[in-house]
Amino acid sequence: MLENLIVFILASIIGSEVISKVPQTLHTPLMSGSNAVSGITMVGALVVAGMVADQWAMILGVVALVVATINVVGGFLVTDRMLQMFKRKE
Amino acid sequence: MKQNVIDIAYVVSAILFIYGLKRLQSPATARKGNQLAAIGMFVAVVATLFLQEIMTPVVMIIGVVIGSGIGVYLAKRVEMTGMPELVAAFNGFGGIASALVAGAEVARLMAPNAAYTGGALFDGFAAVTISLSLVIGMITFTGSFIAFGKLSGRISGNPISFPGMRLFTILFLAGTIGAVVWMVMNAGMFPGVGNEPVVQAAIAIAVAGAVLGVLLVIPIGGADMPVVVALLNSYSGIAAAATGFVLDNTALIVSGALVGASGLILTNIMCVAMNRSLLNVLIGGFGGDSGGGPAGAVSSEGKTVNSTTPDDVAILLSYASKVIFVPGYGMAVAQAQHAVRELADELAKKDVEVKFAVHPVAGRMPGHMNVLLAEANVPYDMLFEMDEINGEFETADVAVVIGANDVVNPAARHDKSSPIYGMPILNADQAGTSIVLKRSMRPGYAGIDNELFYNSNNQMLFGDAKDSISSIVNEIKQL
Repeated sequence: MLENLIVFILASIIGSEVISKVPQTLHTPLMSGSNAVSGITMVGALVVAGMVADQWAMILGVVALVVATINVVGGFLVTDRMLQMFKRKE
Repeated sequence: MKQNVIDIAYVVSAILFIYGLKRLQSPATARKGNQLAAIGMFVAVVATLFLQEIMTPVVMIIGVVIGSGIGVYLAKRVEMTGMPELVAAFNGFGGIASALVAGAEVARLMAPNAAYTGGALFDGFAAVTISLSLVIGMITFTGSFIAFGKLSGRISGNPISFPGMRLFTILFLAGTIGAVVWMVMNAGMFPGVGNEPVVQAAIAIAVAGAVLGVLLVIPIGGADMPVVVALLNSYSGIAAAATGFVLDNTALIVSGALVGASGLILTNIMCVAMNRSLLNVLIGGFGGDSGGGPAGAVSSEGKTVNSTTPDDVAILLSYASKVIFVPGYGMAVAQAQHAVRELADELAKKDVEVKFAVHPVAGRMPGHMNVLLAEANVPYDMLFEMDEINGEFETADVAVVIGANDVVNPAARHDKSSPIYGMPILNADQAGTSIVLKRSMRPGYAGIDNELFYNSNNQMLFGDAKDSISSIVNEIKQL
């Protein structure tokens, strides 16, 4: 468990370092893109729903899987749509 | 062995997430960065799907296909002006997913057959992490959908509250903590006793979290939404990380931490840009939709404003050598961004130097103006952050304020009695002439009068921003 806590803290530090340098102009894509990353819960949903035959775990897990997938796929796609509009002056 | 491969896959995806986010540091590399992060997600999902022993892979794949279909539909359909509410909605989906996974984990650990649980015990630590995941996930879920309602206009953007609401919120918070304690106390005793108390506690925690999410967001006014959206973004990450602790899953912990950090940084930037503490924003009650207080509520104390016409503005702009545009939420409401781009193009043809000054909290989410102007094909190197451009207003002939208000109010600099005192503003008043495009003299969301409007070198151009700018463009073309 301590291991997990260490991983959490280190990842938070890396995240802060990387993200504090993102310019204001990209704040919206940053939010929608990082939001898509938080859809990583779909991995959790796969684990929990796939491992057991318990009916409730299965139902909750599959619903979680569907909404997390919406989050992931929708989030990355819409971020891509936004980012392709950002252009330099010719 | 298989578990090792899965762990390696998770490390690879974490690295891809980090490098993906790193590329968001420049618009030139950002799109690649987002794609890298998407590949990272693909690696994590595929590794889990095929290497983890999943009993019902077909059901899982169907779930992924359905979710992808809905995600693609939403992402393709949304207009750029609808982006704040879509981001809020996606946040909400992330939150509920975390809460549901925690709920599924409760069901798994409570299963009557030990073979289901894989020998895992529902101990105190599991109870704490599951509770956190449930609470934060549900707050993110309902809070995000209230924000969605406010941003899309389905719910009033004005702060909503009722007598005793704060007390009610505190009671609910206390009740939530009570339910968590209840769950922890029952956890250690399992197995051996009936599992009802744990399940009941889990349901109580989830319901309390859902109510809290609503209570926390409804008292916050529409114009404070950038802070709320950023904060909920952070919550969705923390919820995912909490779920990672529940499942002992590194991929979730790392990604959740990254997103949590990202959201907190944005929240902080938004608060600093409004010179308000996070607590002050969360307590709420500050400002509503654009328009704030009722028209005419603020007395103009006999001060007069100069008003102007599109023809005069056209002449002024085409003979200027440097023009700075200041876009605000009003530009988004009027959908004027394309007309603004056209105006900028026309001016560039006449060798006028054109720049855009974007305040950090302009609009309804962080970076809102930048996305709208990018959609209208304004190159991003014409857009400047407040600190970069504030020194340049003095050398600009004209500052054109399009649907922005409080962020250019000089009262923020010197009027200690003003609610926005101390908020960093754009120095539009220092330009040779300032032109403010506005529908009427109604005050901005802070509900206060704007000193800029009464300056002798300021001119008001009343009317719909899009129509006004289109008329200016036509006029310039004829000059």
